[in-house]
Amino acid sequence: MGAPLLDIECVFREQRGRILATLIRLVGDIDAAEEALADACEAALSQWPSEGLPDNPRAWLVRAGRNKAADRVRRALLFAAKRAELELQLGAEAALVPALDSDAQAVEDDLLRLIFTCCHPALGIEAQVALTLRTLGGLATEEIARAFLVPATTMAQRLVRAKTKIRQAGIPYRVPELEDLPERLDAALAVVYLIFNEGYTASTGSQLIRRELSSEALRLGRLLVELMPERSEPQALLALMLLQGARRDARVGADGDVVLLEDQDRSLWQREEVQEGLALVEAALRRAPPGAYALQAAIAGVHAQAATAEDTDWRQIASLYSLLLHINPSPVVELNFAVAVAMADGAAAGLRLVERLAESGALPGYHLLPATQADLLRRLGRHEEAAAAYRAALGMVGNDADRRFLEQRLAQVSAAKSQGGDSCR
Amino acid sequence: MQYMLLIYTREAEMKQSTSGDQGVMMKEYADFTQGIVKSGHMRAGDALQPTSTATTVRVRDGKTLQTDGPFAETKEQLGGYYLIEASDLDEAVKIAARIPGAKSGSIEVRPVRVFAKPA
Repeated sequence: MGAPLLDIECVFREQRGRILATLIRLVGDIDAAEEALADACEAALSQWPSEGLPDNPRAWLVRAGRNKAADRVRRALLFAAKRAELELQLGAEAALVPALDSDAQAVEDDLLRLIFTCCHPALGIEAQVALTLRTLGGLATEEIARAFLVPATTMAQRLVRAKTKIRQAGIPYRVPELEDLPERLDAALAVVYLIFNEGYTASTGSQLIRRELSSEALRLGRLLVELMPERSEPQALLALMLLQGARRDARVGADGDVVLLEDQDRSLWQREEVQEGLALVEAALRRAPPGAYALQAAIAGVHAQAATAEDTDWRQIASLYSLLLHINPSPVVELNFAVAVAMADGAAAGLRLVERLAESGALPGYHLLPATQADLLRRLGRHEEAAAAYRAALGMVGNDADRRFLEQRLAQVSAAKSQGGDSCR
Repeated sequence: MQYMLLIYTREAEMKQSTSGDQGVMMKEYADFTQGIVKSGHMRAGDALQPTSTATTVRVRDGKTLQTDGPFAETKEQLGGYYLIEASDLDEAVKIAARIPGAKSGSIEVRPVRVFAKPA
């Protein structure tokens, strides 16, 4: 009995990363493995519709891919008339055969190798992201290019350059040793979170949420949790992505504009994702001294547990941010800490922190700094200063939805200023 | 694989350092070199005279032109190199990170290109 095309497509999509990961190890090169996989899929498409799905489609595709790659090597070697090298190569291949039908553990190891190779710190971060999406996510080069708003040729060049560097600089296809693992895992998690954020808050352009990227990041996050059950960091990152991602429908209004956390319709939050995220963050917090992702997830969790914005436990959020500042000091975290303090202790207390941050010259060009300053000034009824800060923020903003939001607020404070009225909040 | 580890440091800072500091640095380099000789990674290595001794040579229209100084004015200058044998980039980076100059300057790690032998 033959296999429906839909089932075949499904196997390709779900198993692509795993098969590619194993083929890269077997043939020793990402490009050659991608070619081999394409050949194997072609062979499957000609056989499976009439013969049916094999018992283990993944193993079938790996074997077919390896054979196709070996054929290519043979042809290339024959063409060069190098019999001796051919014998040597065939010998090496024979040694690899047992690895083909290896157990689930071996497949997982291959996936980890692929993750750590794609997220190798010797590659530029943009290349790491592109390579991860292409090999593990199975996104087409054109899709990745569209997501990052660059021409397809630019993205193709970026991928070629990265793969060439892996080959020529000798970046190993290996899971890092234990002593290097924390640092290298951080790098891999950073790539996944960057992909998530790029999907969640598009930094440029008009489309606010590119869900494809976010769901791809969630998939990668789940994969890392599955592959490294002994580490708490992947769990924490997955929790963070789930808790933030759960807000996606409430985050953008019908007109495509940003809806602030305090104004969101919380009934639109995905309850299942919130529950899963909360359970994961609790588990991550129990296991180890909390890292940056666990603390951020805990913050998102406090928001998720508040039935209304007014119920938010800002004092707890402020203390979580101060812990985060301790292990991961950055001006962005300082800004968020200031916002939490403003909510817990009043706008004036928050404004002092924001102004100190602005005076330090941190975050040049980051529109959320003057935007936050403007918001706190607005709450304090200092409309003229608020208007100036909104104008400064508008000069830096890159996203259309954020721009419209700032323009509305500027109009509000300008109106209040001309009426000499009090703050609306 | 062979990797070239190019050591870039700030010559200006070197010049200002005391003879005591320089003695410490020499000792650190001697220890490092001995370490990679013993571990079998060392292929070659040298320290270079400062860029004030450099001459840049170009041949244009068959004429050899010499100019005083290095090819490019940069914040950090090439001050020495090691040629090492390493299994992969990770191992090469680990060795590069142990070069004393990595703490104040930077090390450029470049794989040595291997040309296929003509058949």
